[in-house]
Amino acid sequence: MTETPAGPLKRTPLYDLHRELGARLVPFAGYEMPVQYPTGILVEHNHTRTACGLFDVSHMGQVRLTAKPGQNAAKAMETLVPGDIAGLQPGQQRYTQFTNDAGGILDDLMVTNAGDHLLVVVNAACKDADLAHMQKHLSATCEVEPMFSRGLLALQGPQASAVLSRLVPQVATMKFMTGVYVEIDGARCYVTRSGYTGGDGYEISTPAEQTDAIARKLLANPEVKPIGLGARDSLRLEAGLCLYGHDIDTTTTPVEAVLLWSVGKERRVQGGFPGAATVQKQIVEGSARKRVGLLPEGKAIAREGAGIVIGGKTVGIVTSGGFSPTLGRAIAMGYVERSQSANGTKVDLMVRGKPVPAEIVPMPFVKHAYFRG
Amino acid sequence: MAETKYTEEHEWIRVEGDVGTIGITQYAQEQLGDVVFVDVPAAGRTVAKGEACAVVESVKAASDIYAPASGEVVESNAALADTPGDVNAEPTGKGWFFKLKLADKGELAGLMDEAAYEAFVKSLG
Repeated sequence: MTETPAGPLKRTPLYDLHRELGARLVPFAGYEMPVQYPTGILVEHNHTRTACGLFDVSHMGQVRLTAKPGQNAAKAMETLVPGDIAGLQPGQQRYTQFTNDAGGILDDLMVTNAGDHLLVVVNAACKDADLAHMQKHLSATCEVEPMFSRGLLALQGPQASAVLSRLVPQVATMKFMTGVYVEIDGARCYVTRSGYTGGDGYEISTPAEQTDAIARKLLANPEVKPIGLGARDSLRLEAGLCLYGHDIDTTTTPVEAVLLWSVGKERRVQGGFPGAATVQKQIVEGSARKRVGLLPEGKAIAREGAGIVIGGKTVGIVTSGGFSPTLGRAIAMGYVERSQSANGTKVDLMVRGKPVPAEIVPMPFVKHAYFRG
Repeated sequence: MAETKYTEEHEWIRVEGDVGTIGITQYAQEQLGDVVFVDVPAAGRTVAKGEACAVVESVKAASDIYAPASGEVVESNAALADTPGDVNAEPTGKGWFFKLKLADKGELAGLMDEAAYEAFVKSLG
């Protein structure tokens, strides 16, 4: 989903800051985004794992859903996603997916119960389609308000809590996957303890015009360095997290993608989301294929599109692959036939026509470090 | 006396006698970003000018390296297996890829000299 739509590239509220910091800007999902800063992806990656990184993710789509009188926004949202949204307590956040009638994934997203409304964060490349989808199906019951001009900052890493609590003391005790409205320099922001690195951290939704000042204030802390999309990708891959358009898309179901943990227990039984029949059938019978972690031997990197082969027979395909700076070796994920998907299974990954021996392994590759209190 | 020539694919070849040492340029390593793996051709392999014969993997992508001239590989840089970052740190020094016994030094005539290569890089913006 990195294709650039026609028309000029959009800019986030941090565009000038990226230029000042010497970022290499690339087209991404219709935006000019920093892929890396002068120190490079490896240093940025390791800094995020050991200290604290600041990511501009303002290109992602933020939407507010507010129930119309007599309606229930969470119940309405559940008609589009398999996650347990009605069960979210105020201040709780959940990961889920928009599914289509075949159970395929239209996008993956975060939903937070912010009290009298829901806050939704969707992928940049899908946000216009997601907004249209919500407007079409939820407008009868909810006000669907895009907040696409707002800023979104991700502050990630083991020092994130120490840094952000200097500005907002209450965030220190927040638990993973919770959110709260706070004031930062007079700006009303929504902070969640979440992210896309597998580590501890926060995402901070900011008013557009105050985003730059807040980002600079965070960067003024000695622990914090700016991090680009390059390291964001290697961090999420180490964490075993899916990248939409690569590891999940309309042809993969939440069961195939091994995201069943994000499907509400009652919802597995009761359904009520698009494609529920397919998903329920796969829960009972198993899906034909499933997403697995892959650990190649040696140093060659198997990237997206590499075939997964056993005994000369293709049994799957790599959907993400790269170098793990934390492990100092190549890692990958992909889909294989379920009958061949057991951990420990030896496979070959076809890299430039040559087989690279690899093993199917559990994910994440790097242990998650979420703050659960 | 050694003479260094450059390709439009941002490889350099330093020729001493009938052996050329090949690597990628400063510009190329900057564009690639952190190099994490280099697949160099084994000694004894014969390559044709323009043939993809090595692969450099950065954290971002895999890129083919093309032989700037035809010949036989006489040595490859084994140290890159352990320290691929040499390509970033010293692209024209410790970060060399392989050495080629040139089949026809006349093939080098079409390559750029340093001044021409610098102008070429400038023209890329």
